[in-house]
Amino acid sequence: MSAESNLLEVIGVVKKFPGVLALNNVSLEVAPGEIHALMGENGAGKSTLVKCIAGIQAPTSGRIVFKGEDITEFTPKKALDRGISMIHQELSPVVHRSIMENIWLGREPLNRFGLVDHKAMYRKTQEVLAEIDLQEDPRTLMENLSVAKMQMIEIAKAVSYDAKLIIMDEPTSALTDKEIQQLFRIVRALRDKGKSIIYISHKLEEIYEITDRVTVYRDGTYIGTERTLDLPVQKMINMMVGRDVDELFPKTPCPIGEVKLEVRNLSHARFFRDVSFTARRGEILGIAGLVGAGRTELIQTIFGIYKKASGTILIDGKEVEISSPKDAIKANMALLTEDRRTSGIFPMLSVRFNMTIASMGQFMNRVKLLSGQKIARKSEEYRKSIHVKTPNLEQKIMFLSGGNQQKVLVARWLMTQPDILFLDEPTRGIDVGTKAEIHRLISELAGQGKTIIMVSSELPEVMGMSDRILVMCKGVATGIVENTPDLTQDTLMAYATNTMNQETA
Amino acid sequence: MVSAGIIKTEWVKEKLKKYGIVVVLFLMIVGLTLAEPNFIRRTNIFNILTQASIFGIMALGLTFVIISKGIDLSVGSILAFAGVVAASLAQSPLATNKYYPNLGELPLLIPILVALLIGLSCGAVSGFFIAKTKIPAFIATLGMMTIARGFALIYTNGRPISNLESMTVIGGRVFGVIPIPILVYAGAIVLSWILLNNTKFGKNVYAIGGNATAAEVSGVDVDKNLIMIYAYSGLMAGLAAVVFAGRVGSVHPGAAQMYELTAIAATTIGGTSHSGGIGTIWGAFVGALVLAVMRNGFTLLGIDAYWQQVTEGAIIIVAVIIDMRKNARKD
Repeated sequence: MSAESNLLEVIGVVKKFPGVLALNNVSLEVAPGEIHALMGENGAGKSTLVKCIAGIQAPTSGRIVFKGEDITEFTPKKALDRGISMIHQELSPVVHRSIMENIWLGREPLNRFGLVDHKAMYRKTQEVLAEIDLQEDPRTLMENLSVAKMQMIEIAKAVSYDAKLIIMDEPTSALTDKEIQQLFRIVRALRDKGKSIIYISHKLEEIYEITDRVTVYRDGTYIGTERTLDLPVQKMINMMVGRDVDELFPKTPCPIGEVKLEVRNLSHARFFRDVSFTARRGEILGIAGLVGAGRTELIQTIFGIYKKASGTILIDGKEVEISSPKDAIKANMALLTEDRRTSGIFPMLSVRFNMTIASMGQFMNRVKLLSGQKIARKSEEYRKSIHVKTPNLEQKIMFLSGGNQQKVLVARWLMTQPDILFLDEPTRGIDVGTKAEIHRLISELAGQGKTIIMVSSELPEVMGMSDRILVMCKGVATGIVENTPDLTQDTLMAYATNTMNQETA
Repeated sequence: MVSAGIIKTEWVKEKLKKYGIVVVLFLMIVGLTLAEPNFIRRTNIFNILTQASIFGIMALGLTFVIISKGIDLSVGSILAFAGVVAASLAQSPLATNKYYPNLGELPLLIPILVALLIGLSCGAVSGFFIAKTKIPAFIATLGMMTIARGFALIYTNGRPISNLESMTVIGGRVFGVIPIPILVYAGAIVLSWILLNNTKFGKNVYAIGGNATAAEVSGVDVDKNLIMIYAYSGLMAGLAAVVFAGRVGSVHPGAAQMYELTAIAATTIGGTSHSGGIGTIWGAFVGALVLAVMRNGFTLLGIDAYWQQVTEGAIIIVAVIIDMRKNARKD
């Protein structure tokens, strides 16, 4: 492809942070009207590069050429004016204000008195929403929209800037399958109108479904660019990881013991009703279902975060009363929450603090004071055994990659020496290599006789890891199935949508 | 050569970022000593530390509060309330206008314990409302600030309580040398330091300020700890009231107005972050010293006291700017 025909060209870009070379001489070419995937493990440099393209950061050296012009001034405003829009991984809408105010924020149409012209704003918003086929009243407050809708408003905003290049960083991480399809429809429509899209995602299926070409980075260096259709999965993984990851789901069979946890007719006032199941020692019980099925709420209720409406929980056959996470931890339970950022890490505190906070009781000395030595020894032990990559344990956890943050959280919970582990989307947003490591760890823990209950939206993960699978649909447990080799994704989906009978009929 | 130079400047930058405020304090001390040699004399140093002790003790409690992402505006009023009640129990038998005319001389420990108990209770009440009703700490403690001040006025009918013979011992010196307020301050520093660094409670304070949701999930009883945090802040205000009564020899119901802001300033200058999760006792001490040294220096040099206020305000803002840069994310 000749240089002139590319919309965007990144040539030899270097980005240095104090002590880190985040991008080392990387390139990227994006043609007009293509969906271009950017792939790589956490820390590969994808986010840094797109931040440079979107003007959030300036590269240390190298050239970024857009529409044949060298970009010299790196500010988000300039980038937007040029026609580069970025849809951020974490959305930050002004939630108490309307759709139209969010779209035109900072560039509100004015009337001849210099006051905001709400009528014009309304009309222009309608036009933009029509362009991406979204039926919403421009006056609807953002807080009343689903995450998926908010995402689409972000896209509408990009369209309103007449963006030529739209960057999407993990746009589907909070969406349901149906919403993802709706998003893809919009993305394809934009492409067909000649717009280019840079698409970042860890989900390989999505890359194959929607992108035209793939560029892979690893450790801040450029590995290669291929047509998506010509690139087999194994090769893509190999390019990202730098080695063969042969086994993604290394569940090793292990003896399953007596019933450890029993849940009887558990109900929550809003989220789910009448759920019963058992989980045994050494067993991995998967919980599958669509977003909104009540899976997270179910395990959070067992863990005492939500209040149950009725039902009983038995551990080792004895009824237990759990009304707070503190009670749950006392009952030797642990919960790795779904959302690392909001309910997992303490971002500005050290890796050591993050690892040890749930187990402080273990570190008392004779006079009941905490012993820094004991804390240091234990956290070092876990850093080694779980292979957390960090320069030292004093490092603030926010500077670690997502995968390593997740490992620290796993360490936090293992330190409490739980018998029952609840894992909610344990590998969401985590790169392939670390994912395999976490899977191996989960499997080892089951092998040690721990009871594992794992919620996951990725069917291959649930089917690869679990002994049995509980499927939920709209707050009801529609089935508990043995994970036999002949179990198919279609069967699970039938349970997840509560259409089992139609299937067999 | 060149690279060694770079490493060295990097190192200096790093240390400056970390200990910036200590360097500022050191420069202030050197500058003031050069300008006025009397500054560095023992009596003056004791003077500074004694002056720092009252709001310095409050700043210790506020360090817990601010690390937990809260604020406590009530400590000045709590000092006044605890102070007048303690004073009414410590008047000498011969005092004119005795609050309790028939009360004999009580052991010193009683007014002290009463002051501490009142402080602790007021703080616990604020903490209770913050934890259980989820109203912002700013509002809860603003309310407590007005309420405690009101109680101080009601209790005394607006009049000061004086002739505190037994309590002025606390304003005195050990072996005729070291002022007792300094020793009380030192004791409070050690206690707060151990509490914050070596107890589960201390770790919970950081966890709540760092990410309250994650703290709850990790088994921290957030409500209980919030109550304890504000109770501790109140307790420190009660202790400050004891030192105040001892030093001044009388307590006015309008005493210690705006002290909460000085204490918040000291904590803030010392690097405790209002975004929560970050802060040290050591910082609260250095912050209190910066303010006390500055005030003392202005007096020694004969500079207009009104300029003191302007400078104090500027220092607070600059200290926070420096701090935010230190804690900023690198990406």
